[in-house]
Amino acid sequence: MSAPEPIIARVLSRLGAATLDAIARLGFATRFFIAMVKQSGTAFSRPQLIAREIYQAGVLSLIIVLMSGLFVGMVLALQGYETLVRFGATESMGVLVALSLVRELGPVVAGLLFASRAGSAMTAEIGLMKTTEQLAAMEVMAVDPIARVVAPRFWGGVISLPLLAALFSTLGIYGGYLVGVRLIGIDVGAFWGQMQAAVDWRYDVLNGVIKSIVFAFAVSLIAVFEGYDAKPTAEGVSAATTRTVVTSALAILALDFVLTVFMFRGGPH
Amino acid sequence: MVMSPSTAVDGPSSSASIAPAASGDALVTLRDVSFGYTRERQILSGVNLTVPRGKLVAVMGGSGCGKTTILRLLCGQIRASSGEVLVAGESVAAMNREQMYAHRRRLGMLFQFGALFTDMTVFDNIAFPMHEHTDLPEDIIRDLVLMKLNAVGLRGTAELKPSELSGGMARRVALARTIALDPQIVLYDEPFAGLDPISLSVVGQLIRRLNDALGMTSILVTHDIAESLKIVDYIYFISEGRVVAQGDVAGIRASTDPFVRQFVDGEPDGPVHFHYPAPALAEAFS
Amino acid sequence: MNRKIIDLWVGIFVAIGLAALVFLALKVGNLLTTSEQRTGYQLEARFDNIGNLKPRAPVKSAGVVVGRVESIGLDDKTYEGVARLHIYSHHQFPRDTIAAIFTSGLLGEQFVGLEAGGDSVMLKDEDRIRKTQSAVQLEKLISQFMFSKAQETPASAPGAVPTPAPSAASPAAPPAVTPGAKP
Repeated sequence: MSAPEPIIARVLSRLGAATLDAIARLGFATRFFIAMVKQSGTAFSRPQLIAREIYQAGVLSLIIVLMSGLFVGMVLALQGYETLVRFGATESMGVLVALSLVRELGPVVAGLLFASRAGSAMTAEIGLMKTTEQLAAMEVMAVDPIARVVAPRFWGGVISLPLLAALFSTLGIYGGYLVGVRLIGIDVGAFWGQMQAAVDWRYDVLNGVIKSIVFAFAVSLIAVFEGYDAKPTAEGVSAATTRTVVTSALAILALDFVLTVFMFRGGPH
Repeated sequence: MVMSPSTAVDGPSSSASIAPAASGDALVTLRDVSFGYTRERQILSGVNLTVPRGKLVAVMGGSGCGKTTILRLLCGQIRASSGEVLVAGESVAAMNREQMYAHRRRLGMLFQFGALFTDMTVFDNIAFPMHEHTDLPEDIIRDLVLMKLNAVGLRGTAELKPSELSGGMARRVALARTIALDPQIVLYDEPFAGLDPISLSVVGQLIRRLNDALGMTSILVTHDIAESLKIVDYIYFISEGRVVAQGDVAGIRASTDPFVRQFVDGEPDGPVHFHYPAPALAEAFS
Repeated sequence: MNRKIIDLWVGIFVAIGLAALVFLALKVGNLLTTSEQRTGYQLEARFDNIGNLKPRAPVKSAGVVVGRVESIGLDDKTYEGVARLHIYSHHQFPRDTIAAIFTSGLLGEQFVGLEAGGDSVMLKDEDRIRKTQSAVQLEKLISQFMFSKAQETPASAPGAVPTPAPSAASPAAPPAVTPGAKP
């Protein structure tokens, strides 16, 4: 037996191992992504495959996204009113609600909801197929599981999330309208008029949509990769599902920061 | 290892052990195959094995002896670190992607627990390989699927989900899917695992019948000696990555080889030890 | 799940998703209005100080939005702030129009106000608005106010402290220090 290593060496070597591991996983994820894009032809030549995944990822997430959007919009309006009324600027409520939603809350909250509702399901499904050798069975049947199982799920997610984010924002604005106009009694013309005057379709709306598309790629990739990379055991799949939600949330928030810096710095030109 | 394959089994089986290799009609041949995920731990070392066309050959051994690895080598999911895996004279390791997919199309594999697609009905499971690999019209696919299901006696389950089937039925459905495209070679990975005695003999008889009726060549990886002895033509015993004994059914039954005897009679100790290698007790407690 | 039901739901989902995108672009955003507003003409206005004016700030005349600030730059020779204004094509302004930078509310956004003159010749594309008034800078106003107050105090108690600068003795002087600050 050698003498016990000093604690600092142990910590450093753990850190080193963890770093190398993370880099290796990143490399594997990149190769996985490239392979998936290459194998996407099958998915696109058979839209039925993608349609099924849009149903799983998009349609089944509709209720939670619509409800959350409505409530977020109503809360925004109530809270916004508290602040705006002090400056006598309650007509700007429409602007406040719309800008918060289309720029930030729509893409981000819809992305987080999507990751926990649809992303985790994707990971669990693929992980379970791996555990029960369904993916291996496909491979032996000369069917590429990346083309047949992974790519349709990925593209289904990529298509679903931007639509869900748009629906989230729309319902949120409607919620803001309900509270602001119907409940509090702000002038309906001022609500929509100020909103339209302040929200630019390219600078605000389009940038929000771009954000949601970026999140869609990130979350879908994380979800299918974690599923495909899961350890083929029950614990492995549940750990992978958790990782999907955590990693997606971090990725969404970090990407949101980066995108916001690039999109909304220094105003529109 | 003291025993070489040719001397492993004494008596009548030693002549039989030459027969399949000498017949010259070998569909599957493993020549001196070694495989290991790491250099230190070899899973297979120098395996020689021959499967003649039209025969049903069992590869037996304890859990974790490398049986399943042989199947994965044949499917091309992994490549041998040395030696040759030949199927109909072609080396599996030398195939490119196209050839590999063509190779897999003449192959059927039944996985340990069936590996049915859980999100599809029984019908869609069996139609899956047909949809993926053929352009057959839908009504012909329907007839084919029902024929395959009928062959395993489960035509009535077509609209059920795999989760609604018993273990034995799921295994038979998986068998129907495996033979959906009439493969030349069928590989069975522990087809008897976790089945009750009735399902077990049903599956066993199906394997034999399908092999003969459809003119397939089958490789059966299992540790169920009793059922195997009823249905197979020839048996290889694998232990610690090597072929330690082989012979036809009569030869195996009559064998006096200690490993074969321990395996056939199911004795807890023998050439395969009860104790995992460890220092002597006295040493451990001192 | 029946294939037809899935197709139907996916169809509904994609349709309402796209409808939401259209709603955001048209009803919430200004895609419809910009198409008519994109046809417009450019004017240039130079200010001594543009304050907190930002690109895309509104250009208003009599309180009505008639355009947007396109860009803001600095003239390297005269050291004036140059604001390029995009005016919607259906609004025409006389050549002697005055451009001023106002603040909406006490702390609100700054915008450019156009006060139409009486000239019969209208401004054309790429013309420059000659008459401008710079932004009111709150800090300056406050410091002037404080300064004048500080001056008033000794004046109300004569003989206590002699006034330091005779030129600033008059309390009416400070507003004159900031030329162009007020209309």
